[in-house]
Amino acid sequence: MRNANTAGWLAAAPALAFTLVFFILPFAGMVLLSLTAKDADGWTLANYQQFFSNRSYWLGLKNSLEITAIVTLVSIVLAYPFAWILAHVVPERWQRLALLLAILPFWTSYVVRSYSWLLVLAEKGVINDLIQGLGLADAPIQMANTRFATITGFVHFFVMLLTLTIYANLKQLSPNYAKAAADLGASPFRTFWHVILPLTLPGIMVGAFLTFVLAIGDYITPQILGGNNELVLPQVIMMQIGRRGDFPLSSALAIILMLVITLAYVACARWLKLERV
Amino acid sequence: MMKFSAIARLAASASLAALLSATSAAAADLNALIWCDHADPALLQPFEEANGVKVNVKEFEGTGAGLAIVEQSQPGDWDIMVIDSVDVRRGVERNLFEALPEDQLPLADLFPEVKMDGQTVIDGKRYGVTEKFGYNTIGFNKAKVSVEDMQSLAALTSDKYKGRIAIYDYYLPVIGMAAMSIGKKTAELTEADLPAIKEVLLKMKANSKAVTDVAASQTALATGEADILVGGGEWVTAGIAKDNPDLDFSIPKEGAVLWSQSLAMFKDSKNKDMALKFIQYILSPEGQARLATSSCYWGMPASTKAALSDDQKKILQFDKQPEYLARAQMYPAPSEDLDKKMQDVWTEMLQSQ
Repeated sequence: MRNANTAGWLAAAPALAFTLVFFILPFAGMVLLSLTAKDADGWTLANYQQFFSNRSYWLGLKNSLEITAIVTLVSIVLAYPFAWILAHVVPERWQRLALLLAILPFWTSYVVRSYSWLLVLAEKGVINDLIQGLGLADAPIQMANTRFATITGFVHFFVMLLTLTIYANLKQLSPNYAKAAADLGASPFRTFWHVILPLTLPGIMVGAFLTFVLAIGDYITPQILGGNNELVLPQVIMMQIGRRGDFPLSSALAIILMLVITLAYVACARWLKLERV
Repeated sequence: MMKFSAIARLAASASLAALLSATSAAAADLNALIWCDHADPALLQPFEEANGVKVNVKEFEGTGAGLAIVEQSQPGDWDIMVIDSVDVRRGVERNLFEALPEDQLPLADLFPEVKMDGQTVIDGKRYGVTEKFGYNTIGFNKAKVSVEDMQSLAALTSDKYKGRIAIYDYYLPVIGMAAMSIGKKTAELTEADLPAIKEVLLKMKANSKAVTDVAASQTALATGEADILVGGGEWVTAGIAKDNPDLDFSIPKEGAVLWSQSLAMFKDSKNKDMALKFIQYILSPEGQARLATSSCYWGMPASTKAALSDDQKKILQFDKQPEYLARAQMYPAPSEDLDKKMQDVWTEMLQSQ
């Protein structure tokens, strides 16, 4: 028994060492740093107090949460039918190619993709050209440099991610569930609503959690597409570093962001019992 | 006793420092912490070929980020740094920079207004030398706006150009412009001035479409998304003037904010002779012309003897420099405390709807 335990620890040692060096130690350093002041000695909670007392800072968190929630919901709504079509409508032999096409956006640089959206949504971009060409508007509509643009950029990326997790879940699902429901007289909609959807919730939630984590911590997309007309928390964090190099304050803000993500994970895990995924 | 914050910083940067030291370049190379204009091969190659040396560059944005890279590196990792002239003192206070031999630099060739001895000479020793400068002023598309209107900062807060303005996303120069628009001098700003400055910033924001970084600023003007760029100048318009000759800049009657970048040499450099040669090359007429017209962004060469072509001089309005410099005011150089308060005002402006 002892030998088995030792072998287990040895097998896990590289992963543990990696986590210790590249996550736990830097994180501990960041926590310590957040409890210091940029230009004074000693420990202090001033950085955390600043977050709660400065409206611009907590507004950053509020904007982050709102944008992330909308992105997650919209991405789920778009990704589910897409994954369904891939899993059940596209012939088996074309599914690999379809999946490959679905993840094409992942192959493009994040920055390039965001700037591309900026041009697409610009006043002289293709969408405004189309809207005005069809006579739907007399003047260009401002879409670039807005929250709408940020959400569009995010959704474009995360629909692909959610499609993959939901598709994987749908493919694992035995067709016997649907057959059994039909045998018992359930309509296709009732079968979907009461059988298929609950069974694919783990896939949705895993994708949704990944979307939440990646979107709430992202700096590039809101910076390029949002036009700084409102700030999300990662932008507020970056502002502290740029010229002033206020690493204690930026560490405190980053830890607050991390706490929010941790809370989201705990809620997600408790609700879904993610260990069964 | 080591400061608490120093211990914490040490812990936070331990892994990064290890990585940096593992990848640090050979001592014979010249290692430079730079802004993107120095990464242009057209600037570096002639120096590398003439001296048989490789120049390894690392780009950074913002003095704070640059100094953080230095703190996380081993002494001697870096030879040269490009830094805001007003921030040379910050490097000297950290005991990072070596005094430069004035007798080996062509200081007499520089425009007197941009030598900025108040910021680059400390305790009688020169630690930085200005290599390039320019203006944070009004960049605009002269086909879309009245050039006459662009001669006053008041245009930025009037309703006439509502929705046609973009603001460059850097708080110090734009705060400087806001201060000038209400008759305050950028070098004399105090905390008491911030409420009035904030009011101007909020009016600018209400008129603006976006607050944009360097690349997005150029894109906004080039694509017609904005017709005016607050804080823009030759650094935005000159590089793309060939493709769009309507892009121009003005120095309003209230003045413009003078930005200036300097070269400094690290005290712990293992290659000081080559570092000095590099500074001399950058300040030579050829080096100045190449730096001024770098592919990343154009700017005014600090040397009056820069070997610019006639076309380049015209785009940069080089011959008007004495007149422009007389109207320009220094980049704000606030104390740490005022700097923080200015950034908070800026953040508040960005978050305003």
